[in-house]
Amino acid sequence: MAGIPHDHYEPKSGFEKWLNNRLPVVGLIYDTLFIPTPKNLNWWWIWGIVLAFCLVMQIATGIVLAMHYTPHVDMAFASIEHIMRNVNGGALLRYTHANGASLFFFAVYVHMFRGLFYGSYKSPREVTWIIGMLIYLAMMATGFLGYVLPWGQMSFWGATVITGLFGAIPFIGEPLQTWLLGGPAVGNPTLNRFFSLHYLLPFVIAGLVIVHIWAFHTTGNNNPTGVEVRRGSKAEAEKDTLPFWPYFVIKDLFALVVILVVFFAIVGFMPNFLGHPDNYIEANPLSTPAHIVPEWYYLPFYAILRAFTSDVWVVQIASFVTGGIIDAKFFGVLAMFGSIFVMVLVPWLDTSSVRSGRYRPMFRWWFYLLVIDFVVLMWCGAMPAEPPYSIISLIGAAYWFAYFLVILPILGVIEKPLPQPATIEEDFNDHYAHDAHPAE
Amino acid sequence: MIRKLTLSVLAALAMTTGGAFAAGGEGGHIENIAFSFDGPFGTYDQAQLQRGLQVYTEVCSACHGLKYVPFRDLEALGYDAAQVRAYAARFDIFDPELEDTRPGLPTDHFPKSSLSNAPDLSMMAKARAGFHGPFGLGINQLFKGIGGPEYIVALLNGYTGEEKEQAGTVLYENHIFPGGLIAMSPPLSDELVEYADGHANDAHHLAVDVAAFLMWAAEPKMMARKHLGFMSVFFLGFLAVLLYLTNKRIWAPVKGRKQA
Repeated sequence: MAGIPHDHYEPKSGFEKWLNNRLPVVGLIYDTLFIPTPKNLNWWWIWGIVLAFCLVMQIATGIVLAMHYTPHVDMAFASIEHIMRNVNGGALLRYTHANGASLFFFAVYVHMFRGLFYGSYKSPREVTWIIGMLIYLAMMATGFLGYVLPWGQMSFWGATVITGLFGAIPFIGEPLQTWLLGGPAVGNPTLNRFFSLHYLLPFVIAGLVIVHIWAFHTTGNNNPTGVEVRRGSKAEAEKDTLPFWPYFVIKDLFALVVILVVFFAIVGFMPNFLGHPDNYIEANPLSTPAHIVPEWYYLPFYAILRAFTSDVWVVQIASFVTGGIIDAKFFGVLAMFGSIFVMVLVPWLDTSSVRSGRYRPMFRWWFYLLVIDFVVLMWCGAMPAEPPYSIISLIGAAYWFAYFLVILPILGVIEKPLPQPATIEEDFNDHYAHDAHPAE
Repeated sequence: MIRKLTLSVLAALAMTTGGAFAAGGEGGHIENIAFSFDGPFGTYDQAQLQRGLQVYTEVCSACHGLKYVPFRDLEALGYDAAQVRAYAARFDIFDPELEDTRPGLPTDHFPKSSLSNAPDLSMMAKARAGFHGPFGLGINQLFKGIGGPEYIVALLNGYTGEEKEQAGTVLYENHIFPGGLIAMSPPLSDELVEYADGHANDAHHLAVDVAAFLMWAAEPKMMARKHLGFMSVFFLGFLAVLLYLTNKRIWAPVKGRKQA
């Protein structure tokens, strides 16, 4: 695998040969575990393991929670309280699962921004990037579906608002929304199908994760320099790489455990900090909460959704040109999905031949601004849709699109990159030069 | 290094913005109260919970319910089984098998609210936030807690004394309640409840005690949760040290360092 020359599994005993001729599973595990990995990977490369752990943790806790949960509008809320009060360890399971979603999204955002900074999306890793975006979309769907299940006020009204997005699509919107909900409004059919899909999607994610790993095991990992591993010979490749086991497994595990210390401190000491108090009130279709806010991990995109009101000139132009088919609501929906879609296209929007932001003096600042933009949008998404937040959201949304559609294509042309190290080995040795062996 | 720090701070900021959910609560300023259960080391004060149960029983339960709380859980307040049985028997519980009411049993739950506009109080201490800011970022909640019990105390003593009649209903002005007008008449007054232990029973103390009781009602497993918090932080912290040393040792020859 990886096109990087390395040792392969050799079946030795009779049984190993017998099995290997029928199912080369040991060889697959061997190649996966000992895959040559660039030895200069820094600490931003640990989030993949955190994400894999999150997926397993969410599935494990979720399966047990599903054993005690009742997906019915009259019983769902009470069944959550049953879990919290009567099920052995139920409160801990639920808090772990609820906060686990937050850790999952926190990790995926760091992982994505790492990829954006170090150019991990660039050739030949476009497919890895796109699969990653599909995983992210499936995560968004799963998180949203899961948040509806406790059937609290925010569950119900969040579901109403988000499914309303589909209702904004011209012509087919309303029938589509009714079809998704299983009725004219969020009700028992909605809760049942959301439960079913919330159980299904994590396994789709697991499948996509395998493909994601397969893809980057084929191309090899990117690394902080963006310089490719030398592949001329095994000896040459070994100067740039180390096997995944034990070097990166232990490093990643160390990082994972440090993160879990923080995570379980949150679960143990402030498990409701990231949730919304309104969700401890049972869903009531007759009483709309003063502010409907999604979970924190959707807030940047929620801000983009709300930024495009009917008084924004691009919206007015779009409405005029399409004869009113694209109204402000539909424009907001297009903008929200568009903001994710431009990320999918980034391998082709970024024209620079240099991968890593480390050697791109101008890119770097635009990238930091994008990260700040993301945080600001997150804050705006939580605030009421009124000035000054609406105008800040609009500026934030404009920068988001400008970064992908204008800045990245232009930067590749006008930017003069810094000199890159010739090899990964050189970068690694430079980094550790101060305590390298005097003899070397 | 500076760059890494900046990025870490931004990442941490992104995380704390989550508290921004609580954004947008209207109403008056809410004072922080030093409850015994605050912070990672905090525990419930059984004497206070018993006093709070007394306030709930004598005042709140006239209109409000606690339908998610079973009587048997009251043993956590320091009562023995006989006391819980006697307490449960004070309530008339509707039994669908008898199609009639009968005295409550420890396995029954507290009754539902008897007034349609009196919300159930089982999760009230978690369903309200006392603190939101600054700038809707929810950072205060990191230091003070989410503030549900504080909200309850402030609300119970937030009446201005003004009344207004709207559509035939008398509403009471309360500067904590969103909108400023609440249907609940001022429930507490000084010395309304006589405590057996002689504890101060002015309106503020009654409110603090009942808020503590409602926090327990909303989060009866808080102690187990904090215990898990300590166990996991301690053991994972220890594991982290071991993995750090292992990692350092494994990488030492690669990095050209002498093995530790």
